[in-house]
Amino acid sequence: MLQNIVNALVLGSSYVMIAVGLTLVYGILKILHIAHAGIYAFGAIFAVYLCEIGLPLVFAVTLSLILSALLGMIIYKGFYKHVLDRGHIVPLVMSVGLFATMEDLYRLVWGPYKRPFDVYIDLPDVMTMDLYLSSRGLLMLIVTAVVIVLLYLLLMRTKLGKSLRACSNDLGLAGAFGINTDRSVAFAFLIGSSLAALGGILVGLYDNTVYPTMGSVPSYKAFVVVVLGGFGSIRGAVVASYILALVETFVVYYFGFLLPRDAIAFLTMILLLMFKPEGLFGKVRR
Amino acid sequence: MSLDYFLTVSVFSMINMILALSLNILIGYAGQVSLGHAAFFGIGAYASAILTVKLGMGYWPALLLSVFISGLIGLLLGLPALRVREDFLVLATIGVNFVVVSVFNYVKFFGGPYGILGLPRPSLFGHAFTTREYALYVFLWTLVVVFLVRYLSNTYLKLGFDALREDEDAAESVGVSSPRYKMYAFAIAGLLAGLAGNLWAHYMTVVFPDNFSFPVSIGILTMVVIGGVGTLIGAIIVTILPEVLRFARDYRMLIYGLIIVFTMFFMPKGIVGSIKGLIFGDTPLGKKRVEKVRRIAGAQGRITGR
Repeated sequence: MLQNIVNALVLGSSYVMIAVGLTLVYGILKILHIAHAGIYAFGAIFAVYLCEIGLPLVFAVTLSLILSALLGMIIYKGFYKHVLDRGHIVPLVMSVGLFATMEDLYRLVWGPYKRPFDVYIDLPDVMTMDLYLSSRGLLMLIVTAVVIVLLYLLLMRTKLGKSLRACSNDLGLAGAFGINTDRSVAFAFLIGSSLAALGGILVGLYDNTVYPTMGSVPSYKAFVVVVLGGFGSIRGAVVASYILALVETFVVYYFGFLLPRDAIAFLTMILLLMFKPEGLFGKVRR
Repeated sequence: MSLDYFLTVSVFSMINMILALSLNILIGYAGQVSLGHAAFFGIGAYASAILTVKLGMGYWPALLLSVFISGLIGLLLGLPALRVREDFLVLATIGVNFVVVSVFNYVKFFGGPYGILGLPRPSLFGHAFTTREYALYVFLWTLVVVFLVRYLSNTYLKLGFDALREDEDAAESVGVSSPRYKMYAFAIAGLLAGLAGNLWAHYMTVVFPDNFSFPVSIGILTMVVIGGVGTLIGAIIVTILPEVLRFARDYRMLIYGLIIVFTMFFMPKGIVGSIKGLIFGDTPLGKKRVEKVRRIAGAQGRITGR
């Protein structure tokens, strides 16, 4: 029981990392940024590469996060920005194309192999009578907790956070009130992308494998979280991440459901879209 | 290049054409973007595999039944489209693709990851089709589908789809029932993709879950996107592309991806659509077409009220 809850918390933390960026982007631009998971994989792959050539972990992670953030911004400035006025479908299809391109590039450059993330983490393994949590799982929980608190402070207590919230409320109106919306959106991509990369790194550490297609399932699964969380609400996304992880874990554990957990998530999403299209925590929008 | 290779490539190309035409009905005609089209394709293939291999049915009844089943499931999978619009429909269809493939993969009845082997080639009067005859058979079906879609383009149904695509609320306001037309679109697309799945499965004589996974959906979308949403000719020309690109097999997804990105960037109407726009002027429908729509709409008196 306790073990299941802890497993679900770890799983949920990985969803939080990738879903926050998606939620920020969807909240402001109303586009489904599928290539986000390309950045998730990039962060992990690049961090492993830096560790392999001998950089210390902290340095490798920092560098990887910075580059991922820049990559996210390039995707916005170089691609999405130019097609925003063409409806929802054009950026979405473009995003699918971008994601396919990114994944294949990683495969060609890095090789199709799974590689271990071999580093030493200075944290103890948690082991009691009925609970086992590896040091890497512990690291994931701690980092996610810190990130959630920082994100809350950023959004609620800083000027940047205020402008982000304003943009998410109504982009045009925010612009009319003198907010530099282009800069806010760029910041949303910077923050979201570096969090996605951090998520990739943490998951890579936890599973101790990193591979080019590691973003495939999270890319679409994170949208389950965005839908559950009510489209564009960060708080909703965080809560939804953990709810989804708990539901998945317990359904698999108690019912031994005949489908894999990813299919459960997608089924949940389809049913939710059909019967409660505004999401669990969303306001009714029409 | 041996004849057999040529025949295999042509069979795959023709099956791709049927798939592209089928997705085109959803995207180009009705404006319902589906990114789970491989699921429909797979349902047709698996339905036929189960009917012939597991239930020992002959090819011809299995053909009818499998196409019917795919149409029916297409209708079912179209249900989310009634509730969600645009981008979330895309998510729902991606979800459908993943769920369908994992059902194939994890439910014993569908053979699991090893798929179903030993599908029969169709036979007529006790004579099983050779590869050459099968290619001809697929060609005939492709012709049928092309003419069927051509025929549909001239019916009231197509006008309903147009209305739906251009503006759902406006369509509703002039009496085009959007749920009904969405269901039609999904059912027709499901039927055609199921037919493609059937033809594919009985050519390969084996089906595996991976043949219908999400990247296949991206491939089908690429065909439609490059051809230009809403055009017939584009879908047909471009289906040859995967075969031409076969020499660059290792880079296929990369090339697909880049093509999608840059088509969306520079020519959102698709390559063929954009060239047509350059030649015939940049009206969204084309002058002749506008005339025709007016004429039919006037005769029907139902769409524009003019």
